[in-house]
Amino acid sequence: MSISIEELKKIAQLARIKLAPDEEKRYAETISVVLDYMKILNEVDTSGVEQTSQVTGLEDVVRADESRDCKIIKELLAQMPQMENNELVVPGVFENQADL
Amino acid sequence: MKNLNELTIKEAGEGLKKKKFTSVELTQACLDRIKARNKEINAFITVCEESALEEAKIADGLIHQGKAGPLTGIPFAVKDAICTAEVRSTASAKILDNYIPPFDATVIGKIRSQGGVLLGKNNCDAFGHGASNENSMYGPVRNPHDLSKVAGGSSGGSAAAVADNMCIYAIAEDTGGSIRQPASFCGVTGFRPSYGRNSRYGIMPMGSSLDTVGPITKTVYDSALVMEQIAGNDRLDATTVNDPVPSYSEEVEGKIKGMRIGIPKEYFELEGLDEEVRKITEQQIAKLKKLGCKIEEVSLPHTKYAIAVYYIIVPSEDSSNLGRMDGIRYGVRQKGKDLYDLYASSRATGFPEEVKRRILIGTYALSAGYYDAYYKKAQTVRTLIKKDFENVFKKVDALITPTSPFPAFGIDEKKDNPLALYMADVMVSPASIAGMPALSVNCGKTAAGLPVGVQIIGPRLGEEAVLKIGDKLYS
Repeated sequence: MSISIEELKKIAQLARIKLAPDEEKRYAETISVVLDYMKILNEVDTSGVEQTSQVTGLEDVVRADESRDCKIIKELLAQMPQMENNELVVPGVFENQADL
Repeated sequence: MKNLNELTIKEAGEGLKKKKFTSVELTQACLDRIKARNKEINAFITVCEESALEEAKIADGLIHQGKAGPLTGIPFAVKDAICTAEVRSTASAKILDNYIPPFDATVIGKIRSQGGVLLGKNNCDAFGHGASNENSMYGPVRNPHDLSKVAGGSSGGSAAAVADNMCIYAIAEDTGGSIRQPASFCGVTGFRPSYGRNSRYGIMPMGSSLDTVGPITKTVYDSALVMEQIAGNDRLDATTVNDPVPSYSEEVEGKIKGMRIGIPKEYFELEGLDEEVRKITEQQIAKLKKLGCKIEEVSLPHTKYAIAVYYIIVPSEDSSNLGRMDGIRYGVRQKGKDLYDLYASSRATGFPEEVKRRILIGTYALSAGYYDAYYKKAQTVRTLIKKDFENVFKKVDALITPTSPFPAFGIDEKKDNPLALYMADVMVSPASIAGMPALSVNCGKTAAGLPVGVQIIGPRLGEEAVLKIGDKLYS
């Protein structure tokens, strides 16, 4: 397999996705099949070929850096999963994170 | 006489203007059809019955005052991966089950501000990941032509809703074929504009360097009409081009005599190309020849690498884009013993299997040690695919190919084989990689009664040629 269970676990941790052991096995298998297929690209000689990351050819699209009033504050706040005193509640960032 | 919900945009618009019927009646006809059929087809995740009728009433007022635009009072549906103000937008994933966007995507705002009537939100593969609409956390969409078959994907709900006359037209999103392939499977018209032609603002991002938004309609003329209303530069999307928007609805009816049309031989040499699909495509080529087009064989030598390029670049961009789906600021949050656990649990339960697979592939392809072998390699082959298209468009005005190598397949048929499902995009992903506009037009049915679409691909910002040629195909 192109990707081992151990590698897959590491990737899942980086991607912040909790997986059950049977899922780890299934993903390692199906992703290996896909990665093996990608090897077809090694047939192509790309020496000296530039990368394409966009197709419009537009460069340095800028606008004035002006502040604008947000007219949807109430609606944005209404989407928040947990609120207290009009503020978003989240677990502490530096708690229990030693192992990461 | 057709039922009101069966009308095209052109017919409905004329009827409204001549006061043959009202937008309320037209909207009610669509809502009745949704009520009768959605249980079976599953094309809608959310139906806006009350607000649609209210919007129709307002539209009737505008028409009465002579203030109607081309889409005023016309009921339409929107793919659920596109944000609609005050209407739930889940992207077919449970992580957004309760998400109500506070704003409209730019293209949707353009339609709603002229009195378009929003009927509801269409089921799709979650976050656009799929070619069968089976990767939705709200169940698969069934093909209206045969309920045992898939509707295609990722915009399967939109194509099925248009095909089954639940709406007059739909707005969907196409990254690697998500408008064209389901349009082909369901027997309707689907148009992917050039990348940068329409604003992506408010479209839930997938592969940001490939994503486009466009119409699914009953006729090519209708696609041209919608494009004319939604295209153009947007200050909220820095990748939109400044080129003026042509009058597509005038151009679409123009003559095509003398146009040069290329047949890319690699598409027809593909293993697994269905014989009936080939025959139907060849009939359309013969028709174009009869109309005075010059047909010639051309070559796009890197076609066979397109799927590999696509499924490296898109999951990579995807894994980055979907980082925002974390249960923190909006959407569904799962409890966690700490911050990491909250993220990992929210994403584990909020995404379906295929979304997780793509995030994992993308994270892998972008990670240290693999970046050059996968992402960088794919970006360089992307250059060669793009050059293939640029070279042939020096010789021809457009290309003709099948949209899909085969008609709609059975539900669950490719479920356990992600790579087989990825290969379903083989004819639609190359134009996406190169940023070209492409159209799928329904051109008939197989002996088993399944629709077959033919694809026209044009050069960048060559929308007019694509629409004009597509308009002359079988319909």
